[in-house]
Amino acid sequence: MVEPSAYLLLSAILFCIGVVGVVMRRNVLIILMSVELMLNGVNVAFVAAGSYLGDVAGGIFAFMVMTVAAAEAAVGLALLIALYRLKETIDVTELRILKW
Amino acid sequence: MNAPADLIFFAVAGLTVAAAVLVAILPNILYSAVALLFSFAGVAGLYVFLSADFLAATQMLVYVGGILVLVLFAVFLSNRISGAKIGNPTHFRLPAALICLVLFGVLSYTAVSTPFAVKASGYLPTTADIGELLMTRYLLPFEVASVLLLAALIGAALVSRPERGAPEAGDMEEGK
Repeated sequence: MVEPSAYLLLSAILFCIGVVGVVMRRNVLIILMSVELMLNGVNVAFVAAGSYLGDVAGGIFAFMVMTVAAAEAAVGLALLIALYRLKETIDVTELRILKW
Repeated sequence: MNAPADLIFFAVAGLTVAAAVLVAILPNILYSAVALLFSFAGVAGLYVFLSADFLAATQMLVYVGGILVLVLFAVFLSNRISGAKIGNPTHFRLPAALICLVLFGVLSYTAVSTPFAVKASGYLPTTADIGELLMTRYLLPFEVASVLLLAALIGAALVSRPERGAPEAGDMEEGK
């Protein structure tokens, strides 16, 4: 078996890549995808902890995270479609109607 | 210590991380979405390694079958052919690197320095246990999650609907 810290390190790497994607990219779609990557990284940590500690609760936590991720994707992409219909762009630097 | 299993683990982990990096840096959104598919599939492979069979299947169904298809729909609906290179990877490069380094430092230090009371469990099926716990101890989160999903679905349908004044058939054609 691989060490548990290997899974936790992998989870940290996935999370950091997601953070970089969110900070660096300007496209709302890429930002949403990066958020999904971050949620995946957290899920890996949950499942690894559950598996190595012999506790099924880790799997259930990951399951709940997946549910929230599905809801987030549905609402986020619906908002994106509505936004694109309204403003013809999904570049976050051009979406400044709340700024004045 | 069995070397072949470790080797396969590192191969799957490498695939997952490489695909994730591609998601974050590729200029074309469609390529990013395809890279995301490989990353999700890699994570499903990791779940198999962790003997979480139910979660591996759920990962493929929910992420690859559901979320990724939604993302692809959004890519096609929100992209003119010429607009495929909106994402500019040089934006905020220094803050991104700083945040990433600090965060990764903290996370990896915690991951390596925390002692784990590892129980040797081997490969056991977990689906029955998960189902039982969802119906007994975690019943309330389960029901809350289902209500949340219902609300999110209704909200998504409402938000992405064509505007009230516009005729529906014309908007459908415009959407295509």
